[in-house]
Amino acid sequence: MYTPYPENMMESIKKVEATRAERMSNEPRRLTADEKDALLAAFHPDYNKDAFDEIKVGANKGEKAPKQLATMLHSTSRILNEKIDISKVDYDVDVLVIGGGGAGSSCAIEAHNAGANVMIVTKLRIGDANTMMAEGGIQAADKENDSPVQHYLDCFGGGHFAAKPELVKRLVMEAPDAIKWLNELGVEFDKEDDGRMITTHGGGTSRKRMHAAKDYSGAEIMRTIRDEVINLGIPVVEFTSAVELIKDDKGQVAGAVLLNMETGDYSVAKAKTVVIATGGAGRMHYQGFPTSNHYGATADGLVLGYRAGAKLRNQDSIQYHPTGAIYPSQILGALVTEKVRSVGAQLVNANGEAYIHPLETRDVNASGVIRECREGRGVEVPGGLQGVWLDTPMIEILGGEGTIEKRIPAMFRMYMNYGIDMRKVPIVIYPTLHYQNGGLEINGDGFTTEIPNLLVAGEAAGGIHGTNRLMGNSLLDVIVFGRNAGKKAAAKCKDVELGAMNLDHVKAYDDELKANHLETGEVSPLLLPKYARHER
Amino acid sequence: MVPNMENMVNVYFYGKKYTVPAELTIMTAMEYAGYTLKRGCGCRHGFCGACATIYRIKGDNELKTCLACQTQVQEGMYVASIPFYPTDKRIYDINELKPSQQVMMELYPEIYSCIGCNACTKSCTQSLNVMQYIAYAQRGEFEKCAEESFDCVSCGVCSTRCPAGISHPMVGLLARRLTGKYIAPEAKHLTERVAEINEGKFDDLIEQVMQKPIAEMQELYNAREIEK
Repeated sequence: MYTPYPENMMESIKKVEATRAERMSNEPRRLTADEKDALLAAFHPDYNKDAFDEIKVGANKGEKAPKQLATMLHSTSRILNEKIDISKVDYDVDVLVIGGGGAGSSCAIEAHNAGANVMIVTKLRIGDANTMMAEGGIQAADKENDSPVQHYLDCFGGGHFAAKPELVKRLVMEAPDAIKWLNELGVEFDKEDDGRMITTHGGGTSRKRMHAAKDYSGAEIMRTIRDEVINLGIPVVEFTSAVELIKDDKGQVAGAVLLNMETGDYSVAKAKTVVIATGGAGRMHYQGFPTSNHYGATADGLVLGYRAGAKLRNQDSIQYHPTGAIYPSQILGALVTEKVRSVGAQLVNANGEAYIHPLETRDVNASGVIRECREGRGVEVPGGLQGVWLDTPMIEILGGEGTIEKRIPAMFRMYMNYGIDMRKVPIVIYPTLHYQNGGLEINGDGFTTEIPNLLVAGEAAGGIHGTNRLMGNSLLDVIVFGRNAGKKAAAKCKDVELGAMNLDHVKAYDDELKANHLETGEVSPLLLPKYARHER
Repeated sequence: MVPNMENMVNVYFYGKKYTVPAELTIMTAMEYAGYTLKRGCGCRHGFCGACATIYRIKGDNELKTCLACQTQVQEGMYVASIPFYPTDKRIYDINELKPSQQVMMELYPEIYSCIGCNACTKSCTQSLNVMQYIAYAQRGEFEKCAEESFDCVSCGVCSTRCPAGISHPMVGLLARRLTGKYIAPEAKHLTERVAEINEGKFDDLIEQVMQKPIAEMQELYNAREIEK
């Protein structure tokens, strides 16, 4: 017998196997709106009041933010006491893009193509970003039975009607063109022999509109647009982090102070328009959750944008992806793509019950997993954590032998590294911190509402997804809003006249912190999580 | 999560010995030892190729390669990371290329110097058949090269081991772009939908739905039919 798990887990698997045939013939029903609301209120981490603090300064004063984010917003600028001569300009460009992920790269390509002199600065390497790790796919309503209006309904409703309509409109109306653009750059989408896109459901979609490139969808997109950035000769300054924006005496943004991550030296970039494309915040580990995010996801852009006067939106709404790995411990928090459920796996508790429909929206499914574990129906793994089963052998029964290696090769590889063959046994999962639903508020063209030549794109932007993002709408968002920001930033820089550059806002913000007696003992932005263990 | 401290192993980072919990990966073990990683750490989940690593187990002379984030530590492991390797990416305009064998001859002629040693395949951190995909590229079989190289994370380990100086990940990337753009058949439904949107077919409908009060949107959402 094949026994990759300890005895208690193998015992539970017997129950999962015993109910499999019955479960496969009776798909769990969808929850009603009231049932979903009740489940979220009781178990979703966003409803845990103790995990949030009030923001005491700035444009969102009085609103809530996750404790770790509030701490960063209440912390001292890294350069407050540094002597930095901003009149000595190291880089002078039209468009400065902060962040080299999917949004930053697509933004830079479009800005370049529009004739602007554009430069990317990025904290690690170009492509070290959550885009690279997105597995499941990208949505676009391009099939005959679908329409952008249907996509709008799914996105707006799935986000609990909290998104900005003008942003949702942009997302869904420009989605097919985003796919076309990527395809023409050479992104290899999964297609039928006749060229039709192979599309599946994601949680909360009413039509099968999830386009994918196996389960390397984000990687395939990221490596292609990265290659294009390099082919176009766009300068990319790697291992360099923007630590504060620079403003001018007209209230415009005028560039950024940059930190060389390796040498610790500062430099100055001057720009007529600045695009914040710094991504997410998983490495802040809100509420102690493990994360599916890349190493640099520390909400830097939110902090420096906020300090410069931009406004946040839905900053208290966080996505916990329902299926993060919890066993073996080496892959704790790693994403197990929603596509595993798209191609047929059910969520099953320790007793072998499919307690929920596997493709409810992410917030609902995450709450369901937490409920099962809290109420004693979870599977305990070595180390004491609990999770529920994701019944992967169903995929091969439904799709035929070989489906797992063909459709989700990355997942297969990740588990086989540790001797777990998901074709034969289910895998055990628990929610992992995955996405910041909110961010810096933008309008339809990507501009912040407060600073006329500051734009935001990608996960750092707020208002597109309301309080819950659907699978496949983030890869889409980075491309649609990244491209838009590039075009608009390039157009805008033609009529920007910069005044005298200064860092007065950094000092003013610090004065406000002091006036409110806020002393966290930390500096912000965080830049990198503090994982190094020091004995003394 | 606090690591299990009952089972510890001795490892050597750049030759210096550290005692670390056996359940950690090379990456988390380095952090346990006190390193703050800047180079050699990216997505931490096996997708970005930032953490290419070379190691040897004490008493064994074979050099092995891996991703630090995807590999558990072992007793007597001597570890060095290769956070950057000067792979040679050639510059091109994808719109000017044709998917013919000629493309590889012009852009990556060194692939024809492959001596068939198979060191690339043996070193691949994703267990890909690297030498095979280079062979496909040599013959202009881009679709096969694309498929065989698809799971490449561009860690560059293959290139570090190649006596012919081939930048394998760049060859696979070019093959995939050529395949995605030129060889895979067009998705006609996509072309048509983009045209419909550009013609304004959905403009009125989307404006109408945007204007609806929330209560009405809730009804529409909750009653929407879900494709089987």
